[in-house]
Amino acid sequence: MTTTQANRIQLALPKCPTGIQGLDEITHGGLPKGRPTLVCGSAGSGKTLLAMEFLVRGAQQYKESGVFVSFEESEKELMDNVISLGWDLKDLIDQKKLLIDQIYIEPSEIKETGEYDLEGLFVRLGHAIQSLNAKRVALDTLEALFGGFTNELIMRTELRRLFRWLKDKEVTAVITGEPGDGNLTRYGIEEYVSDCVIVVDHRVKEQIGTRRLRVVKYRGSTHGTNEYPFLIGEQGLSVLPITSLGLEYKVTTERVSTGISRLDTMLGGQGYYRGSSILASGTPGTGKSTLATSFVHAACQRGERCLYFALEEAKTQLIRNMRSIGIDLEPWVKSGLLRFHAERATSSGLEMYLITIRTLLDEFKPQIVVFDPMSNLISVGTGEEIKSVLARVIDYLKIKGITALFTNLTHAGGPLETTETAVSSLMDTWILLRDIESGGERNRGIYILKSRGMAHSNQIREFLLTDKGVDLLDVYLGPREVLTGTARATRVAEEKADRLRRQQEIERRQHELERKRAAMEAQVAALRAEFEAEEEEVEKILAEAKMREEVLEENQKRMGDMRKTDE
Amino acid sequence: MGNEDEASRNEVKATREASEWLLRLYVAGQTRNSVKAFGNLKRICEEHLEGKHRIELIDLLENPQLAKEHQILAIPTLVRKLPPPVKKIIGDLSKPERVLAGLDLLRTCNGFRKDDDEEEENRTERHCGGL
Repeated sequence: MTTTQANRIQLALPKCPTGIQGLDEITHGGLPKGRPTLVCGSAGSGKTLLAMEFLVRGAQQYKESGVFVSFEESEKELMDNVISLGWDLKDLIDQKKLLIDQIYIEPSEIKETGEYDLEGLFVRLGHAIQSLNAKRVALDTLEALFGGFTNELIMRTELRRLFRWLKDKEVTAVITGEPGDGNLTRYGIEEYVSDCVIVVDHRVKEQIGTRRLRVVKYRGSTHGTNEYPFLIGEQGLSVLPITSLGLEYKVTTERVSTGISRLDTMLGGQGYYRGSSILASGTPGTGKSTLATSFVHAACQRGERCLYFALEEAKTQLIRNMRSIGIDLEPWVKSGLLRFHAERATSSGLEMYLITIRTLLDEFKPQIVVFDPMSNLISVGTGEEIKSVLARVIDYLKIKGITALFTNLTHAGGPLETTETAVSSLMDTWILLRDIESGGERNRGIYILKSRGMAHSNQIREFLLTDKGVDLLDVYLGPREVLTGTARATRVAEEKADRLRRQQEIERRQHELERKRAAMEAQVAALRAEFEAEEEEVEKILAEAKMREEVLEENQKRMGDMRKTDE
Repeated sequence: MGNEDEASRNEVKATREASEWLLRLYVAGQTRNSVKAFGNLKRICEEHLEGKHRIELIDLLENPQLAKEHQILAIPTLVRKLPPPVKKIIGDLSKPERVLAGLDLLRTCNGFRKDDDEEEENRTERHCGGL
């Protein structure tokens, strides 16, 4: 075998999928197959659960049975701990897919004299592995095992032997350990003898706890090197890779209605793009939730599934409030098309909320998602954190082709655009709702700040909440001002009066003209009559003259005849 | 302290007077430590428990399930089944005083801890020398 061939084999290191959400992504396929992996973390960091989930998923999804050796908790304790995650260990044990072996160590009961080794443990483990034909092994925790013995030299030797022995057995092992002072591990050799080292911890920053996981080393494989937040949710562990998602997703030209016909018109006549992300920001009371619910209402009418993350209002309150403007969401909730998830992000931490989002998205498979308001998330973390979290949410939504509407509460008084600068670049369409104060009243205005890939209106419209839903009205565009509300109404009334006045004026002039025309025509008729009378007279005179001429001629002729004139 | 000392003395006395001794030695094959431990155990018993002891030798390689059933980790492990309570001693039993103390045949005293530390040092030296 040449060196390159050997290298290639090394590259194609076989991996053992853990089945833990996200962990297989950052390890590019799972833990090194047939080798030991060390998971270190202090108490309460979730290492026992990681080890257990590795075995449970192995048994449930990959048909690999596993042996869990516990040096701390009993079989029953372990079972009780994970029952809330829906894992029925007893069932797995009965099916011979899992074996829990509690090794009870009480240091005070053991006296040491002279040389010894831990062959008993190996015999015991070997027997357990053999009886199940196990492919996976978890040892939890090393400290509890080695804490039971005082001879450190022997322990170090046995530790090395344990890792080598597990490798020889060709089982994929997860060994948990606690961190030492300034070291990853207490003895300082565990990380060298394991092929993969994962560090987990639980940190509290600004009263919000976040669990994090990092792959410190992975022999013979590339892996994500960042610290990844992870969560212990209702279905076990989930790791959220920050950067593992790319920007490659299918885009569509399909459009979805906003639920407000005039807003559709403003957005190139058809509404949002399907799968796009929409940000609707505005100061309090500008109608963000209304905009969101209109969208949801229309989507439900089309038979689409909607998921509504209400971060500040309770579901019932939201439903009640929306009913007042003629949007009844209750039937959609009943028919299962609409699901609310009302929880403050602050109650669980940003990362936990993120996992909740992901779990719900996977479970409910919605076409439309609303986050109302997104600003609640912002209050939990720092700018960069928010951006990374939102980028992941949006990427995930885009991959799934889900149209998402984020509302964002901006503070009154401040420039509207500032708070969202961190996130606005992630959004495809940005609708700004603002209030316009004039004439002693406050009215709602709406306009589109941006909308990628479509012709959109640059007009400000008045956003009117009626008991029949939302209506958009043209605002009055004066020479120097935009008028809304009663000011607009007054101006419109004034205009109407003006118009009426102008109309009457025109009518009056028309009448006058008519009258003049009639007068003129009467005059014309009189003249014509006069003319005709004259003409008649003239003709009569002419006829008389002619007659007289003829008579005269007759007389002359007759007189000539009488005189016998020769002609 | 005085009470504890007395209790310890009484315990040792009671144990010494026990009429039946059952000792189990767990091994895994014929390793150097196991052979040594068996030799040491025999010698100690003959010296201190003549005529009233029984030694059971259990090879885990032959009965691997017993490792779990009897909670055995270290090899060799000596278990005092009788008289109660159960006592466990691990190692090759190379220090008779410690074995006797572990079996409640010798009262532990304050000076014992020091011996222990010395023993630890000696063993380390021995071990390193062997390399």
